[in-house]
Amino acid sequence: MKLTVNGTEHEVDVEDDMPLLWVLRDELDIKGVKYGCGIAQCGACTVHLDGVAVRSCQIPAGSLAGSEVTTIEGLGTPEALHALQAAWIDHQVAQCGYCQSGQIMQAADLLSQVPEPTDADIDDFMGGNLCRCGTYVRIRAAIHSAALKMKEA
Amino acid sequence: MSRIGTIARRSFLVGGLVVAGGVAFGTYTVRKPHANPLKPAPKGSAALTPYVRIDAEGVTLITPRADKGQGVYHVQAALIAEELDVALEDVRIDPGPPAPAYWNTALAAEASEFLVPAQGAMRSMTEGAFNGVMKVMGMQITGGSTTVADGFDKLRAAGASARETLKLAAARRSGADVTSLRTENGAVVLPDGSRLAYTDLATDLQDIEVVQDVPLRAPEDWRYIGHEMQRLDIVAKSTGTQRYGIDAEIPGMVHATVLLNPAQGGAREDFDAAEALKMRGVTDIVPITGGLGIVADNTWRAFQAARAIRADWGPPAYPLEQEDHWAALSASFTEEALDSRKRDDGDVTAALAETTPVEAEYRAPYLAHAPLEPISAVVKIDAQGAEVWTGTQIPRFVQNNVARLAGIDPDQVRLHVAMMGGSFGHRLEDEVVKHATEIALQMPGTPVKLTYSREEDMIHDFPRAIAMARLKGSVRDGRVEAMDLGIAQPSVMASQMGRQGLSAPGPDSQIVAGAFEQPFALPHQRISGYRTEGLAPVSSWRSVGASANGFFYNAALDELIHAAGTDPFEERLRLASDPLARAVLEAVGEMSDWSGPAPRPGVGRGVAFVKSFGVPTAEVIEVEDSEDGLRLTRAWIAAEVGRVIDPVNFENLCQGGMIWALGHAMNCEVTFSGGVAGPDNYYAHSGMRIWQAPEIAVRGLENGDRVLGIGEPPVPPAAPALAGAIFAATGTRLREMPFEKFVRFA
Repeated sequence: MKLTVNGTEHEVDVEDDMPLLWVLRDELDIKGVKYGCGIAQCGACTVHLDGVAVRSCQIPAGSLAGSEVTTIEGLGTPEALHALQAAWIDHQVAQCGYCQSGQIMQAADLLSQVPEPTDADIDDFMGGNLCRCGTYVRIRAAIHSAALKMKEA
Repeated sequence: MSRIGTIARRSFLVGGLVVAGGVAFGTYTVRKPHANPLKPAPKGSAALTPYVRIDAEGVTLITPRADKGQGVYHVQAALIAEELDVALEDVRIDPGPPAPAYWNTALAAEASEFLVPAQGAMRSMTEGAFNGVMKVMGMQITGGSTTVADGFDKLRAAGASARETLKLAAARRSGADVTSLRTENGAVVLPDGSRLAYTDLATDLQDIEVVQDVPLRAPEDWRYIGHEMQRLDIVAKSTGTQRYGIDAEIPGMVHATVLLNPAQGGAREDFDAAEALKMRGVTDIVPITGGLGIVADNTWRAFQAARAIRADWGPPAYPLEQEDHWAALSASFTEEALDSRKRDDGDVTAALAETTPVEAEYRAPYLAHAPLEPISAVVKIDAQGAEVWTGTQIPRFVQNNVARLAGIDPDQVRLHVAMMGGSFGHRLEDEVVKHATEIALQMPGTPVKLTYSREEDMIHDFPRAIAMARLKGSVRDGRVEAMDLGIAQPSVMASQMGRQGLSAPGPDSQIVAGAFEQPFALPHQRISGYRTEGLAPVSSWRSVGASANGFFYNAALDELIHAAGTDPFEERLRLASDPLARAVLEAVGEMSDWSGPAPRPGVGRGVAFVKSFGVPTAEVIEVEDSEDGLRLTRAWIAAEVGRVIDPVNFENLCQGGMIWALGHAMNCEVTFSGGVAGPDNYYAHSGMRIWQAPEIAVRGLENGDRVLGIGEPPVPPAAPALAGAIFAATGTRLREMPFEKFVRFA
């Protein structure tokens, strides 16, 4: 089947019920998307499907025809950072960093819906993204910073 | 006022080692005599632990302590760069022995000396039986709590000696007087302003004697230490480009998972894998200890196949049901089970006989480590030996275990330590490597990447020890008078060392750590540890014994302070017998503007203090009793570490450590049913979510003369501070974790 990831079309030969997560990681070697739980309880595998944040562990490959998938690698790169990635760097959010791709993808969807979120908005929208290192205080601060930068831009 | 400048230089010698195209600088550790005269160390034996390598390709800083998220690659590199005059962004960081020249057993032992005790859990073991074990193994540990301080000096000394030796080489080549030279950004600057890059001087270094005893720079000249720095891994970790162990891609590798006896350590009996073998992409299903290895061409296909296998399992060696685990603890408060009585001040028995004592019982559950990155390893075995890629805190054990299973020498095991997506103690175990090795041995020449499913990771985690404490105490004239605290739990050291084939003789100080050594001068105080045998295998969990005992001790203290009718903060301050402890209490009192446990209606505050891993740490938590349940609104933490190396990383680790501890105290427990640990995924036991996280203010104090780590000390005081706050807000006294069994959180 054909699959468009970060603007590039790929041909993959997988079962219809293989989750997008594993298509990305093991078939396409796109490793920014992380496996944490496999049951939509941690958010480490969050990607955008046609611009909306989803848990890629819950999206069967067979449902993807005609969809555009964006992963953290497609959001921005070390050379061309997304405002959220720049804020994540400024605030030095990460400890182990394993959840942060998912956190940033979820936050990008939040800002596309609510450009100037309150703490309560952030808490509501980010509640499904688990950080075992406990970087939540910095995640909130980084989202506020990025929102401000994006407003000024 | 910091007293860092007065820290005595410890006995080590900086040396050089010629490597291909350059030189490595590091410190020699001269072995000290073994405590056991029957096993003397070879006289004068020494090995070099390299920290800096300079060759034509560049400057490489070697950072042997494993990074599982706490930023130690960065901190170690900064300590070297402070003296070497290199820009951190221009150098390479290598976490392990970087070339075959270093790959020998003597070096591995010395690298491990720095590595193993640097991890909090292992570090703390050195106070107890573990020290003896490590000496017997030839992995000399000079004393756990001084290890970070040693690293603080050693890494800077290696950088300083390398810098001065480079200047000598530049003087010789240019003819300039060495005193006229200076260094800057990876180059020696000559009097005329021209520059000789370190890399150009690499081959000149090979016949120059290393300059010794270079005075270290004064704190006022530091460029890195104490200043805000950008972590070296922060860009990669903010852009999805950081590769972790689970992301390893080795040419020709296959994807595997395991199906293990869901009860820990039980045997695998009959199994039927016929359906699984028919599934797409599944190539092999092979027997391993206690289960099966499933090999496929994609991780998900291996997971699916594991679910299609039917197997019969043998029983575990511990009680099947949770209530029997509690019953075993309850029955352990006996003279026969007494493991230690490391504190017995005054006359507790007489003091308690004079009054009707305050009595209480406390409980702390088994807990999973559950780092977000499930454990994984790649192992390849061929005629040359074994190659291993994994995130581990115990490289020396991994090397030995792979060698033992494969029937080869440890120096035939090439280990690549990967970045870790959290650990919290999980990666002090190496079952995943053993399983991957067992599978790889059955497919020689093929790299086998073994990934545990989240479910296997949690069910087969070795949890934090379950624990129970009993208090008898008394008060007199509005003051805390006597505390008799007994703590029963399994020995984490015996369990952990046992899995490595080692014994851990003597008392296990972790049974009472976080309680017996607290700097509170009660007139009568007795702390007894009781060892419970026969329970589930357990392991070190962030802050180890202090994670439960810090709660028990402070909860007991709160109970007595309440009985005395005094203030939890003021009474702790009055009892604090150590100036460093007083200072952190005073700091957190000032930061939180402490005005009593109930500053306004519906709001409660709690305070707790625990000294763990040598770090006195005080925390205050504020909760509000809202319509939606208890809401954690604000928190404050002050910790004494001698020197804050990177204020940003320090703040992040303090905040994270508190959130870790609070989340687990609120909603996490592992229980056994039918011998199987649960839960097996984050639908429960998730820890804190973002909506529950309070704002957290952090202050690092630098009054002490030892530089200490901050990965674990923020953990122990958080649960008791929260319990105190909940009592102040609601009147409900919590004596058992997780608290959500008794109160509702927003």
